[in-house]
Amino acid sequence: MAYSDKVLDHYNNPRNVGSFAKDAPDVGTGVVGAPECGDVMKLQLKISDAGVIEDARFKTFGCGSAIASSSYVTELVKGKRIDDALAIRNTSIVKELNLPPVKIHCSVLAEDAIKAAIADWKKRKGMTEVEVQDNQDNKEAAKG
Amino acid sequence: MVKLPIYMDNHATTPVDPRVLDAMLPYFSEKFGNAASRNHSFGWAAEEGVDKARNAIASLIGAKSKEIIFTSGATESDNLAIKGVVEFYKEKGSHIITCVTEHKAVLDSCRALERAGKATVTYLPVDRYGMVDPDAVKAAITDKTVLITIMWANNEVGTIHPVAEIGRIAKQSGVLFHCDAVQALGKVPVDVDKAGIDLMSLTAHKLYGPKGIGAIYVRSKGPRVRLTPIIDGGGHERGMRSGTLNVTGIVGFGAACEIAAAEMAEESSKLLDLRNRLQAGLFERLDDIYLNGHPTERLPGNLNVSFAYVEGESLLMGINDIAVSSGSACTSATLEPSYVIRALGVDEELAHSSIRFGIGRFNTADEVDFVTERVTKEVRRLRDMSPLYEMAKEGIDLKTVQWKAE
Repeated sequence: MAYSDKVLDHYNNPRNVGSFAKDAPDVGTGVVGAPECGDVMKLQLKISDAGVIEDARFKTFGCGSAIASSSYVTELVKGKRIDDALAIRNTSIVKELNLPPVKIHCSVLAEDAIKAAIADWKKRKGMTEVEVQDNQDNKEAAKG
Repeated sequence: MVKLPIYMDNHATTPVDPRVLDAMLPYFSEKFGNAASRNHSFGWAAEEGVDKARNAIASLIGAKSKEIIFTSGATESDNLAIKGVVEFYKEKGSHIITCVTEHKAVLDSCRALERAGKATVTYLPVDRYGMVDPDAVKAAITDKTVLITIMWANNEVGTIHPVAEIGRIAKQSGVLFHCDAVQALGKVPVDVDKAGIDLMSLTAHKLYGPKGIGAIYVRSKGPRVRLTPIIDGGGHERGMRSGTLNVTGIVGFGAACEIAAAEMAEESSKLLDLRNRLQAGLFERLDDIYLNGHPTERLPGNLNVSFAYVEGESLLMGINDIAVSSGSACTSATLEPSYVIRALGVDEELAHSSIRFGIGRFNTADEVDFVTERVTKEVRRLRDMSPLYEMAKEGIDLKTVQWKAE
């Protein structure tokens, strides 16, 4: 299978690899996926009290497309308000990275990682846990 | 300096040896006759080439030349052995014994017979090294068993099964024994009498011959094995496989076997040295890596390793100037990790992290050293990017983590 140039670029030069201190009050950490499925993404977002994503870090165990999806997402969310970040759909990741159908689940995982990281930040801030919106539609699409 | 890309996937296929190609070339345009044309010199020349090749193949496996039936490859041979035996011996019984790590050509032939209601199949498990237990084979035999089909050596993890013991059990029980010896031929000594084999699948392209030509060995005496053909036609190959003979392919297959017969002992010891060099190099440089398959009872050129915390496809992507293969789900169409690696009881995560190195005739020590360094560098880079590696280094037991899987 040939990879798109953008996937190769993110794989070879991943953006924002690394970790923030997990217990920092302004950091939300989302870990999604499972080792037995071959994909685990950890996305960390540093979010200001005003709800703006100031910085992002990721670590990913997974195929090249999973690494590229998470790398791209760290670039995408930086500077965004959390509501805007929550509105990011996996389809825009698919489009940007030109992922083939068999790799759509990587983009779904990246979308889930954003939601999980923001939910974790909200919890830390003592905000009422907003039920993370169910991603069912996209998951169905990923299977199709 | 090594020339890139490096081919180290010799279980998938091998390049045609230049000596094999030289032997084949005259049969394309000079000696192009149909080996079945009995009344002119073009046919005789082709037939002579086929006879010589048939002898060479038979001689490499300790068989008689008339026991070699040419096919299009091992997939066809496996289909013919399994479906042909079950059909021919249906009055006697319809039970097959095989094992879970067989090639898909064997497993899917068995499943097709099950679906058609023509056979019942016992799929034996393997131990943690990928080896089938001969006692389990013995215990699985019933009065309806007509065929045992167990491969000589596994294509993914290289484990060599105790075929001679299985052959003895088959003989004692009066059950036919089919063996897919595709990976073993030309790599380790193969002898149909010593191993008690009645039917054997072979292919040329795994031992530096061309693709598209294979053979099935069919025992002619003690017992005389019969088969119902799956391809009907002009009655070629003693009626077991009709179709004009692929003379160029056959000549190449024969030449490849002649070279193997002359050079196998020396070559296998060279392959083993290179394999040991690669294994030692990787295990010295990297922690948390695991050997898949048997530590000693394995093909000399095979090394299958799981690099924990690194997903196989991403590793392949990082070493894209080296051709190897992975048991990762992402490299398969099904999104399931290798059924062979999982059958060894290896954790799913480690199955996703497995890489198969297949060292062959044309690999060198310099290439092995290059691969060692390149793989080490990439595994380290990907581990620096891996949340699992980070968690493991923090002392978190990954098995206790509640994963939020889809």
